[in-house]
Amino acid sequence: MEPLERVHSKTVVIASTNIDTDQIIPARFLTTTTKDGLGRQLFADWRYLADGAPNPAFILNRPEAAGCQVLVAGRNFGCGSSREHAPWALLDFGIRAVISTEIADIFKSNALKNGLLPITVSDATARWLFANPGAEVDIDLAAARLTLPNGAATTFPIEAFARHCLLHGIDELGYLRSKLDLIESYEAARRW
Amino acid sequence: MGTRTLFDKVWTAHEVVPETADTPAVLYIDLHLIHEVTSPQAFSVLKSLDLRVRRPDKTLATMDHSTPTVTEQVFGKIPIKVDAAAKQVRQLESNAAEFGVELFDMLDARRGIVHVISPELGSTQPGMTIVCGDSHTSTHGAFGALAFGIGTTEVGHVFATQCLLQRKPKTFAVNIEGELRPGVTAKDLILHIIGRIGVSGGTGHVLEYRGSTIRALSMDERMTICNMSIEAGARAGMIAPDETTFEYLKDKPRAPQGAEWDAAVTRWRALCTDPGARFDASVDIDASTLEPMITYGTNPGMVMPLGGAIPQVSGNAVYDQALGYMGFHGGEVMLGKPIDVVFIGSCTNGRLEDLQAAASILKGRKVAPGVKLLIVPGSQQVKRDAENLGLAQIFKDAGADWRESGCSMCLGMNGDTVGAGQYSVSTSNRNFEGRQGVGARTLLVSPMTAAATAVRGKIADPRELL
Repeated sequence: MEPLERVHSKTVVIASTNIDTDQIIPARFLTTTTKDGLGRQLFADWRYLADGAPNPAFILNRPEAAGCQVLVAGRNFGCGSSREHAPWALLDFGIRAVISTEIADIFKSNALKNGLLPITVSDATARWLFANPGAEVDIDLAAARLTLPNGAATTFPIEAFARHCLLHGIDELGYLRSKLDLIESYEAARRW
Repeated sequence: MGTRTLFDKVWTAHEVVPETADTPAVLYIDLHLIHEVTSPQAFSVLKSLDLRVRRPDKTLATMDHSTPTVTEQVFGKIPIKVDAAAKQVRQLESNAAEFGVELFDMLDARRGIVHVISPELGSTQPGMTIVCGDSHTSTHGAFGALAFGIGTTEVGHVFATQCLLQRKPKTFAVNIEGELRPGVTAKDLILHIIGRIGVSGGTGHVLEYRGSTIRALSMDERMTICNMSIEAGARAGMIAPDETTFEYLKDKPRAPQGAEWDAAVTRWRALCTDPGARFDASVDIDASTLEPMITYGTNPGMVMPLGGAIPQVSGNAVYDQALGYMGFHGGEVMLGKPIDVVFIGSCTNGRLEDLQAAASILKGRKVAPGVKLLIVPGSQQVKRDAENLGLAQIFKDAGADWRESGCSMCLGMNGDTVGAGQYSVSTSNRNFEGRQGVGARTLLVSPMTAAATAVRGKIADPRELL
């Protein structure tokens, strides 16, 4: 995985709360056996009309969303199914960070393993971001700091090991495999 | 060592390496369940790194999500209708063969929904760590296992090492006292709990369901409760094993046998929260006053008593969007609303007791004209049991469509879908927008309420038909 240190981008805002992974990518697109090209199906039921044409009212279809790498969303983003297709679809579309006041556990874990930054912020910061769509924000992963264009900076919680792996492009599986001797000892010591 | 919770005991017993400030714990996994949808990319990672599945003996594969439920498609007389699904099924067959993983394929009599088959085989046991690339893995917590859903990258980690990197979650006691009234079921209880703590109320926590109400539940009912823990955002849900658990597991094909059984039960009896152990959060629920529940919105926390009216909330755009999608208004009464489809099945309510509950209402009655009732057993074993007990005949006589096992209409990726704008009264677990099909409107209920609604052709209280 490529090292990831910084995301600097304008935001796109979808203020709905409890955006579940069925909205991020509906189940009918999960019959794929690869990770490729899922960006086309990102938010499919909101993004396309019944005839398959883009829904002009949906934010990701609007010109101001072009090139935005940071999605700002309402509380409890990514709830529901464990499908890793959700972060795969967001990344394939070009999103590199999701900001919300709360991000669901499994989605957060899946995002971190793919280099999509899940960033939880205070209600006040979220309110500012909702009120200022398109704001150019800076995310410094080493400092775990989100800086708004008005200069206000806030730190965000991020699991230390995941951050270390992202900053240095380390694959977590390699780390786990380095513990195989301990895993074998554990198996040998267990009596049940 | 002090007093510990059930969760603490299971977690600690599986720490290969405890967590530190800089690194998560290396947690050992006893049972890895896989299915066709979330495993292909993980097998691809193994292939690219030239790795094997390290412990195929602790890995079990089935097919459930994208598989058809129409008998002719399942048993090969006509091909699987969804091409991509057929490809996924073939891919799992070839991956399982290549990596030496046991697979219950389309023709296997033990096939079914992953969270139904593992308990019925006795593979799910108290004190285990169990994972699967599926959020409803929380179901297995009903046995006092620590069971949770993982992503596909983590499926690859378990394949390669039989371990996961995990931060220790917090604990949350859900204390439930009182006797459920007739017509009020485990499904109504868990819907009430989700409404009470909210769809993200359990985030970062493992729930432990405790109290006299839980102790009185059967294993099928406990699985319904733990299954929906994820709908409250929880990492997992657990129930301490007891005589009910041991009775269920005894003589199951893959449960310990003979002297090993006795030793296992002795070990399992210690799997309970010590008196005085602290939880990070708790909630107290009085089950004795509960009513049958129904959802009215687009997440499982938007839930109300069946006989009530939809809450009126003003100035909330998200709430308005949810009710707009459902075609409802605040203040409306739910009873008597016409519906189009009734679905009985899923890993939440597709076990034998769920079908028995539905049959108790459907016996000698007919599905209302214009209503489609789809009943899908959770496994081929449940199907055979239901047929042997005469339940299937009751369903067919009522005019229901009786199918082969699978996830079916719970998630609309296998050919079983609800049409745009249609109302579906469903025993599944998610009423998200489009979950059961593009534009489908889902109302989550118990199997009894679903059956009563199918008979009346409109949302109905099962207690009127008991």
